[in-house]
Amino acid sequence: MASSETTVEPNAPAQQAVAPQREVMYRHTVAVRLTHWINALILVLLLISGLRLFNYHPALYWGDYGYSGVPSFFSIAALEDIDTDEPVGVTTVMGHNFITTGVLGVTYDLQGEPVAGAFPKWLILPGGLALARDVHFAAAWLLVLNGLVYLLFGLFTGHFRHNLMPSGVELHPRHMLADIWNHLRLRRPRGAAARHYNVLQKLAYVIVVFVLLPVMVLTGLTMSPAVTAAMPFLFDIFGGRQSARTLHFLVANLLVLFVLIHIVQVIVTGMFNNMRSMITGRYAVLPEEGK
Amino acid sequence: MSLITRRSLIAGGSAATATLVSGCDQNSFLNMQSLRRILDFGQLMSLHAQRLLLSGQPLVREYAEAEMSPDFPPNGTERPNGIAYFRHMISNFADFRLTVDGMVQKPLSLTLDEIKAMPSRAQITMHNCDEGWSAIGKWTGVPLAHLLQTAELMPQARYIVFHCMDEMVRTPDNSGFYYESIDLFDAMHPQTILAYGMNGKALPVAHGAPLRLRVERQVGYKHAKYINRIEATDRLSHIAGGRGGFWEDRGYQWYAGL
Repeated sequence: MASSETTVEPNAPAQQAVAPQREVMYRHTVAVRLTHWINALILVLLLISGLRLFNYHPALYWGDYGYSGVPSFFSIAALEDIDTDEPVGVTTVMGHNFITTGVLGVTYDLQGEPVAGAFPKWLILPGGLALARDVHFAAAWLLVLNGLVYLLFGLFTGHFRHNLMPSGVELHPRHMLADIWNHLRLRRPRGAAARHYNVLQKLAYVIVVFVLLPVMVLTGLTMSPAVTAAMPFLFDIFGGRQSARTLHFLVANLLVLFVLIHIVQVIVTGMFNNMRSMITGRYAVLPEEGK
Repeated sequence: MSLITRRSLIAGGSAATATLVSGCDQNSFLNMQSLRRILDFGQLMSLHAQRLLLSGQPLVREYAEAEMSPDFPPNGTERPNGIAYFRHMISNFADFRLTVDGMVQKPLSLTLDEIKAMPSRAQITMHNCDEGWSAIGKWTGVPLAHLLQTAELMPQARYIVFHCMDEMVRTPDNSGFYYESIDLFDAMHPQTILAYGMNGKALPVAHGAPLRLRVERQVGYKHAKYINRIEATDRLSHIAGGRGGFWEDRGYQWYAGL
């Protein structure tokens, strides 16, 4: 909320000549904060239940059909070493095998016993297929409803226009390069620059909100025989049911990558301030350097 | 690669399910009504949204012969236990009868030949397993709607229950047989058929001979195999666990459009 919605603390400096004081702005509206945290919870539920589902058939294919026996371009398996009888986790990517025991395929429980399963038990939802489906689909509906609230809010309040859409100036290569350089130096934004999202941040949010999450919903729906009966064009968009499942998995990985970078950024650029702003809305703007 | 099949789920997983269920009873974690309601919310939303989407009763995509998958993995029971089924198998289902009863004006008892003499429909469709895999096969069978019209469904009938010959869990009250149910919305769909043929041949035992359900807009476990009785009913509570299917009684959703 850079411009109109900014509120400045009553004791903010009246004159620039005075020694710099911390300025606190109102950065995140209630709607953004609420939908953000609901979304965070939903994404965790979707991830752990999704990985639980993936473990029931840990192989990915292109096209319409795919089952054990059809060449997969990505799979995770638990095999047995015939010499030692020890289980071995094998991850296969495009025909290349990697031994991933301890990470994927076979992991160890607290007693040090090997456990077969694509993704490790500590990462996935406990329980079986029925519970994983229940959680995944209920959470998916919540994601859609929460997302609709966010989209309506963003459209009608100008949140997208003012805060998320990068301007032409920001998209200029020179500006982009400068911003990438700032990120590489882990430089915290200060002064006027801290009052709005930087261009990489804007692009990341725009891609997540308008590309990745809609693709997740649509590829998820493409796996439904009921939905594709009414909307068979979903098969054509994503190249078939198994392709949709594969894209669903790959885009989920991109979302996990986004969240990890997001969390690192939150920590690096002032965890307390960032967390406070996403909980209370109030964000302290660092003064410009050298003032 | 060892993938967990539904069968191994029964063998190995039922112990886990049992502990889960008993664990719930002890700490009442998953049994909490409110939590169950949140989880059921997903199913309820999907049911209503998809029924709205499917109100025009569109057909699922049908494929060309060339698009069929080279193989079609059997799932669930691959050969029912017990002497009764074995006798059917060795006599090529000559003495097999399909019973259609419950809320119908004219209960039926049909031989396989009588069923094959009825109007038939062939369709090449995709089978979607809830574990994530899919295969494309060709199914030939009698539209369920024709069978139900022949038996003259009573107006109060709402569900069609499929009783199967494969006993999944041995119980004293015989409630461990596979069974499934759909409502009339799916039962009357043109692609909902009782298949006796697969990929141009007689339906193999591994795929549910002599009769299996194809209910194309729902996922794998709804497609009951080894059917020998079809019951029309107005409620599901009187059958086995009362939730409308063998897996439904073990926590799976009754509506499985996804």
